[in-house]
Amino acid sequence: MIDSGDTTWILVSSALVLVMTPALAFFYGGMVRKKNILSTLNLSFVMMCLISVQWLLCGYSLAFGSDVGGGLLGGLEFLGLQGVGAEPLEGMTIPYMLFAAFQMMFAIITPALITGAFVERVRFKTFLVFSLLWATLIYDPVCHWVWGPGGILGPDGLGALDFAGGTVVHMTAGFSALAFALAIGPRKGFGSQSFEPANIPYSVLGAGLLWMGWFGFNGGSALAANGTAVQALFTTNTAAAAAGLVWMILSWTDNKPSVLGIVTGAVVGLVAITPGAGFVTPLGALAIGALVAPISYYAIKFIKGRNLVDESLDVFACHGLGGLWGALATGLFAASSVGGVDGLFYGNPGQFLAQLWAALLAIGVSFGVTFVLAKVLNATMGLRVSDNEEQVGLDVSEHAERAYA
Amino acid sequence: MTKKIEAIIREEKLEDVKSALHEIGIVGMNVFEICGHGRQGGITLAGRTGTYQVDMLPKMQLNIVLSDHNVEKTIATIREAASTGEPGDGIVFVYPVEDVIRIRTGERGREALHYEGDIDTR
Repeated sequence: MIDSGDTTWILVSSALVLVMTPALAFFYGGMVRKKNILSTLNLSFVMMCLISVQWLLCGYSLAFGSDVGGGLLGGLEFLGLQGVGAEPLEGMTIPYMLFAAFQMMFAIITPALITGAFVERVRFKTFLVFSLLWATLIYDPVCHWVWGPGGILGPDGLGALDFAGGTVVHMTAGFSALAFALAIGPRKGFGSQSFEPANIPYSVLGAGLLWMGWFGFNGGSALAANGTAVQALFTTNTAAAAAGLVWMILSWTDNKPSVLGIVTGAVVGLVAITPGAGFVTPLGALAIGALVAPISYYAIKFIKGRNLVDESLDVFACHGLGGLWGALATGLFAASSVGGVDGLFYGNPGQFLAQLWAALLAIGVSFGVTFVLAKVLNATMGLRVSDNEEQVGLDVSEHAERAYA
Repeated sequence: MTKKIEAIIREEKLEDVKSALHEIGIVGMNVFEICGHGRQGGITLAGRTGTYQVDMLPKMQLNIVLSDHNVEKTIATIREAASTGEPGDGIVFVYPVEDVIRIRTGERGREALHYEGDIDTR
């Protein structure tokens, strides 16, 4: 039976999650140099075009088709979204096509998150091929494992909790970002020049819109306009607030309270609460948010301080580690009074282990497959623009446009 | 007989310098937003985490053309208005000017610099 209240909320949530991709574009776009702003904005924006088509043609079916291969992949019955219509799936109160649309927004933003790893040097053509393959080879399968019918990590398998995509979205993106950054190599001048963000106000704008969009991301993941949605909205807001405050204090002790730092803190708080949003209490969310900030903060300091890898916009530190912490923290802080499942702190250590195994599998697959994929694309198409093109900037060399006249 | 003063000052001192110059009768100038650094080097900014160095700092450059005998007075005025006593206050260059031509009238040299109330008419 379709419930109009539930349907309305998921329609609105779908729009909220879609806006997160251009929000991310601005969040990232503000942090690059002036000559790469348009290029960076576009890496995210174009995912709305590319993945929307991929999702319709095959992505949705691979993720949510009836299980083939013992929990590894969805079947092909929904290719072209055939058979996905206005009728709700059994046990749901929204049109099945709305579920497919809502899920599509997650599929779009996830490869966009990775782009922060290779901004200012990636060849656009190769990036498009990479994103298409990445969505098909990593996102769709992992989505099936966690959320698809019969998936190996979800309720029919290991029983790992992932309310809104800590594993499916943030861990896959974060660890793939690290692999890609290693494969493509650093920007010219990395370690010797300081790359000053060209437009921090863009990043503040983007982070603010991400925060708002996340209410749809997590709140909508209840798939109904109910108490769980409200719970998720509240925990989401709490974790963002706590992480923003803690990041502010950390940056204050190092120098001054950096605005870019405060908004980054809020975003990592949002990342960390994603898997547990509907499973933990607001106080649990406070702890999850407060603790993710030092994890990502000191990870960035460690990586950047030693010039280990030019993961340019800290996708690994923020989404990879933030997502990992969130997934593990869900196994610690989950309370059956909230979402029906207890974590370690409520006497259920098995849940923590399930979170851990699911995370390790997602990390291994994301990192491994992305690294191989990037190396193959590097050998065949080339991952990077030429040195000269990189120095000119990708706005002109890849798009023949300038951000500012 | 005609000189060009090129003064590089702190960007936040532009208004003070402009009004001080106006008081002594400097009505014509060009102002440029530039960036660079002198002996004071760069500054430290807060990043996402920790800090980083920026060595190209925003400055303002004023170009003023006037007669020889007004140069010292102008330099003194700029120094007084632009100074904070800290490194980074800026620098003043003085160059000889070979000729000046006013486009509308074709006047040349000192003639071309005369404006009502200008320092050169006082």
